[in-house]
Amino acid sequence: MYMFKYVMKRIGLMVLTFSVIMLICFTLIKLLPITVQRQQGVDANLMYYKLEARGYIKDLIYEGSLVVGFSRVPIMVQLWNYLKNIFLHGDFGIGFSMASYAMRPVLDVFLEKLPPTVLINVYSTLIGVPIGLGLGILAALKKNKWPDQVINIVIILLISLPSIVLGLVIQYIFCYKLDWFPTIMESGYDYFSWPMFKSMLPAVFALCLGSIAGYARYTRAELSEVLTNEYMLLARTKGLTRGQATFRHALRNSMVVIFPSILSEFVAVLSGSLVIERMFSIPGVGQLYLDSITYQDYDFFMLLSGFYCLVGLLAGIIVDISYGFIDPRIRMGAK
Amino acid sequence: MDKNISANSIPKVDAEKFAFVQRSEAIHDKKLDTKPVGYFKGAFKRFCKNKGSVVAACVITALVLFAIIAPWCTPYTVSYSDNRFGSARPKSHLFQNTSFWDGCRKASVGEIPFMRYYAMGLETGHNAIKNQEYEVDTGLNEESGREEKLYTFRLDTYQLNGCIYKNMSDEEYQDIQRYQNETGIQVIYPTVRLRDRPGGGNAPDAGGDANYYFRTKTGPGGKTVIDYGPNGELVKVYAERRASAAATDEYQSLRIEGENGFEKSGQQYYYVYALIAGSGWECRVNYYEYYIYQHAKANDGIKEPFFLFGCDGQGRDILTCLASGARFSFLFAIAVAVVNMLVGALYGSVEGYYGGKLDLTMERISDILSAVPMMIVITLLKYHMGGASHILVLFLSFFLTGWIGMAHTTRMQFYRFKNQEYVLAARTLGAKDRRLMFKHIFPNAIGTLVTSCALIIPSMIYSETNLTYLGIINLATGDITSVGTLIAAGQQALSSAPHVALFPSLFLVLLMLSFNLFGNGLRDAFNPSLRGSEG
Repeated sequence: MYMFKYVMKRIGLMVLTFSVIMLICFTLIKLLPITVQRQQGVDANLMYYKLEARGYIKDLIYEGSLVVGFSRVPIMVQLWNYLKNIFLHGDFGIGFSMASYAMRPVLDVFLEKLPPTVLINVYSTLIGVPIGLGLGILAALKKNKWPDQVINIVIILLISLPSIVLGLVIQYIFCYKLDWFPTIMESGYDYFSWPMFKSMLPAVFALCLGSIAGYARYTRAELSEVLTNEYMLLARTKGLTRGQATFRHALRNSMVVIFPSILSEFVAVLSGSLVIERMFSIPGVGQLYLDSITYQDYDFFMLLSGFYCLVGLLAGIIVDISYGFIDPRIRMGAK
Repeated sequence: MDKNISANSIPKVDAEKFAFVQRSEAIHDKKLDTKPVGYFKGAFKRFCKNKGSVVAACVITALVLFAIIAPWCTPYTVSYSDNRFGSARPKSHLFQNTSFWDGCRKASVGEIPFMRYYAMGLETGHNAIKNQEYEVDTGLNEESGREEKLYTFRLDTYQLNGCIYKNMSDEEYQDIQRYQNETGIQVIYPTVRLRDRPGGGNAPDAGGDANYYFRTKTGPGGKTVIDYGPNGELVKVYAERRASAAATDEYQSLRIEGENGFEKSGQQYYYVYALIAGSGWECRVNYYEYYIYQHAKANDGIKEPFFLFGCDGQGRDILTCLASGARFSFLFAIAVAVVNMLVGALYGSVEGYYGGKLDLTMERISDILSAVPMMIVITLLKYHMGGASHILVLFLSFFLTGWIGMAHTTRMQFYRFKNQEYVLAARTLGAKDRRLMFKHIFPNAIGTLVTSCALIIPSMIYSETNLTYLGIINLATGDITSVGTLIAAGQQALSSAPHVALFPSLFLVLLMLSFNLFGNGLRDAFNPSLRGSEG
């Protein structure tokens, strides 16, 4: 019961934070001038009608048959209209200044761009977690011997290497010098074909090397602390082999701390790395976000900001909540 | 008495023989031989024990010195560019005779481009092919897709312009001649008449190329090929005039070697050095020497084209750009860190000291602020401050999201210390809140604050690099540039000119690595109890 209350409280706080941030964001966005991109072959007034239908502007002023001006609806009314559209119709707005997505529903474009981003991050987690944990365990078991020292140096190097440089090095070596992979991601929607997978790999490597170092460092620190506990000695005196003791007692206990961090990292990487997506031309959410910033497409910006913000908040509370679920001491002790 | 003991023990001494060590003088505490070690001195001592951190500190110092000194040592500026030296390789005079850092790159080309490069060296003595050394192989030419002779050599990226046709005013033309007479350096070379240039000066691949001073013809596919003489030699097609005819080029200066009038079919001839072009002249100048002449005249300190770190695609000096980008980054990061620390420390002190409802409210505010992604802050600020400089936008957004960490650290320290006895004692003695906060409790937080300040600087430089790389923030205006912009430019040219990305990346890596090690050492030094807890 306590756990339920705790979770509800955390989620409530998160929703509050999220709402406040989005409210501020919405207000600040709506204070900006509206830039309407006139496109060839499209009725010049259409964009204004769309905006009016959405309840953003009113009282269009005509000059001949062309719309030349309008007055803005009060921001709180706009917010009401915006929320009404979202909750009643699942409609997050339309693009109106990015040429390639003009007039298209924002949500559709977003969902279309989501798979590449999610895929490279899923692949990177799938590769990163086993390697990272393995290295961490090896380092902890061989603490202060040469494997540990080598792994430590690798970890420090990988953690210090900025992902920009990591990406550049991977691109230079694998894409140009060795010519193993294409430099940019394959276009199209056939996400599970071999050429597509191959073209994603450089980005996946660039993403997972950093997280490997993170996992390894974390695992090493946790596991080596657990290994010094007295119950480990007890386990050995009971007659367990070293391997049994390590896996059944030490690793399980250290997982209490490691698992939530993996979970939160997994959620956090959903938002991807803008830099890596830019560098390897991944046609994903990151690119869309950057474009929406450049072209000042506000509905896109609102949706994507909300997405990034939510992912960040979720990653944060997942750690806290899963601690409680995994570790009975935290659950009980908190009473 | 026991026999054993008496046998082995000290011989008997009479009681009278014992005397007190001191009878008259009083015993005092001895003065301490060692000097007292204060908090900061202790921290410094502990820091020095950590070899890695000391090395890291040295590297950081070197990078900072580089950022401060280098812009003064190069004659170039950030806004300087000369795209004829675009992608020039790094060059150091020390490595002149090695095949590394010599301003050359390896090239493997077919016969025609090779002869063009080779002829440049023959004509002017400025070897485009390093030392005119080359190897011939038969291999697949990637351009034509055929098996043919391939010439492999080190191409000097400072000389590959060779000669260019340059239109200039009469004034400049005369001035170059004066310069030639003074220095004895040949800048202007005999020109080629339009009809003798490849395709009459209109060949799509080489029309305006001043390096074809030898006979060419149009080969298969409209390509320019070399028209060799009967013995396979290059036939020079310099413009000539009979000695008896009036000179049309007003050339009164150095003539190329062995040329001062030559016999041809029984008549005396001269080479022509300039053609009339509008109201001025069109000359054939060696670009390397012309560059030196230009800068000698402008007197801007540039002695010769020489780029220690090479040039980017537009011919900007990477060393200068990197150093000034680094200088900006350091200054900016330190400024932000200081402001963050001041605001954070104040906020955290108030929060931590007063506690209760005030603390709860202030915590909620900072919670919400810290949950706002940096990107949103920066974008909104950018939109709203349209005209303002991006530096201000960057500063504000780093400040808005950055001080919270500092406030949090300070608050934690206040919670730890505010209920300790010595604070109580001070309060009983009548100390005011302000005195308690800043005289008694705050100094405890300084260690952690300094550490987090040192750790926040690289992360700020890193974010700044990322943002400028992504192009969200554009700092490259006037005499400012940033490491991120350089890296973005380097990535564009990664396959053809990897050195453009190399130096900025190297700078970033060194900075991050050494700041990481330095920060670890600092943390251990200030909080010895935390030592080694994080891997």
